[in-house]
Amino acid sequence: MGGHLPVDKTFKLFIGGAFPRSESGYTFQVRSDDGRLLANAAKASRKDLREAVRAARSAQAGWAGRTAYNRGQVLYRVAEMLDARSDEFTALLGDGGRSDESARSEVEQAVDRWVWYAGWADKFQQVLGTVNPVAGPFFNFTFPEPTGVVVQAVPDDPPLLGLASRLAPAIVTGNTSVVLAGEAAALVAMSLAEVLATSDVPGGVVNILTGDVSALLPWALGHLDVNAVDLAGSPDDLPDAALADAAENVKRLVHGDPTAASPSVIAGFLEFKTVWHPIGH
Amino acid sequence: MNAPTYTPIRTTSVDQVALEARAAELGSRSIKTSSKRAALHLAIRCIDLTTLEGADTPGKVASLCRKAVRPDATDPAIPHVAAVCVYPEMVAYAAAAVAGSGVAVASVAGAFPSGLSDLDVRTDDIRSAVADGADEIDIVLNRSAFLSGDLSKVHDEVAASKEACGDAHLKVILETGELGGYEPVRRASMLAMAAGADFIKTSTGKIPRAATPAMALCMAEAIREHAHQTGRAVGFKAAGGIRTAKQAWHYLVLMGETLGPEWLTPDLFRLGASSLLNDILLQLAKLDSGRYSGPDYVTID
Repeated sequence: MGGHLPVDKTFKLFIGGAFPRSESGYTFQVRSDDGRLLANAAKASRKDLREAVRAARSAQAGWAGRTAYNRGQVLYRVAEMLDARSDEFTALLGDGGRSDESARSEVEQAVDRWVWYAGWADKFQQVLGTVNPVAGPFFNFTFPEPTGVVVQAVPDDPPLLGLASRLAPAIVTGNTSVVLAGEAAALVAMSLAEVLATSDVPGGVVNILTGDVSALLPWALGHLDVNAVDLAGSPDDLPDAALADAAENVKRLVHGDPTAASPSVIAGFLEFKTVWHPIGH
Repeated sequence: MNAPTYTPIRTTSVDQVALEARAAELGSRSIKTSSKRAALHLAIRCIDLTTLEGADTPGKVASLCRKAVRPDATDPAIPHVAAVCVYPEMVAYAAAAVAGSGVAVASVAGAFPSGLSDLDVRTDDIRSAVADGADEIDIVLNRSAFLSGDLSKVHDEVAASKEACGDAHLKVILETGELGGYEPVRRASMLAMAAGADFIKTSTGKIPRAATPAMALCMAEAIREHAHQTGRAVGFKAAGGIRTAKQAWHYLVLMGETLGPEWLTPDLFRLGASSLLNDILLQLAKLDSGRYSGPDYVTID
């Protein structure tokens, strides 16, 4: 044995580009598949959610204002950083009970998913926008815009591929995101936060909270400054009252396959604006 | 050489470490439910809703005044603010817009924000703002003279400004960020109060080093000392960088604990701010609905 003491990582939250502990001070234990204590992770409170939404809101206009080319570069950079740390993520997935082969395959697919969505940054407007035939002297076209601040309940399984498959299509168009990761996905999500923090993703564009997703989701659904909530990885027993709250500010509720890769996933996080422009005058 | 007109008898020294620790401790207090609602209403009643920009127009001042009179158009239970604070050129428009509402008109005057022009020019500026309908005048302390050690000159200028105010209340801005520490702020506070200030105020909001709770505590302790010496209650106005409801009730706690509940009225306490009001309205909305609100649901100033 050498003289080196193990230095265990403290898993905190990711808000506005920083790594704070939960305002509440609560943590929860994360154990491996075979019962080893892996870490004490931060258990986010509704006030952490409030701060994360505030950070996401203040970052949104700047992120949406970047060129599509630049957003694509940033997402590609995430893929690069993730790939460089593939051993770490393989080991984390292995702790969750996955075989080495299956874990390595998921990391590779997740890297590919970030690259794939990076490519969509300067293409989704051409593919999803339309020029519409109308019976009058108007040039009529519909174009997509980011919806704003998105809160995303990400899947517990597969954690890394699920996160890539929901987060990348949400932010590539200029949305900012608050990710709610459940206890099973907490360590993978917070390790991805370290990847994001070193990938030129501006502070606040992605915020990651770990803990009890069912407790946080009603606050997100009721929050008037949240424009969309992604339920792809949510527990399916959401209270009706929370869904009614979501209707209050006409929130976009997004459902879908947690690991799909498709431009229609991107479209789920967009608003479509139609313009009637007179011609012949 | 003329005899000095202002000679401080003594200046109480300031314990920087204790002051900052006390101010931080008073800021850690948690205020909930009905106390929170009362604190938020009180904070609104103490706001000097301010616009001091070169781009101010009569229209912009008029909309600010409407907001001052009725902060939330959907909720008449929310009280009006204490005053609107504008440049002298805008006083007449503001006075017309708030007439009869109970909202006062405050005007910065006297070569704001530097205070470095001829005294006659500054007192004329004050008289003209008062003639236009200003109820309160915010002047800046002559930091140049203060830092040169010419305390009599500073004193006489404040006294002359007070005289020029007539019936209007005089607030003296110390611009604490430019005085160089707690001791000079304490001395400047005592000087301004001795010269007749009705209020002492932290900052202009025009420099990056704005009001801090520790500076406010330093000034509040000077006010307490002045009240003990003379029996006269001088008001306190915090300004510059106060944007959140949490900061606002930090100042309320600090005033209540240092000077007592009698200072927690718009007559003796003010918060100079512009975006603060929206944050308080969002907090009140959260108290009412139980849900978090957002900037889409308040006016854009």
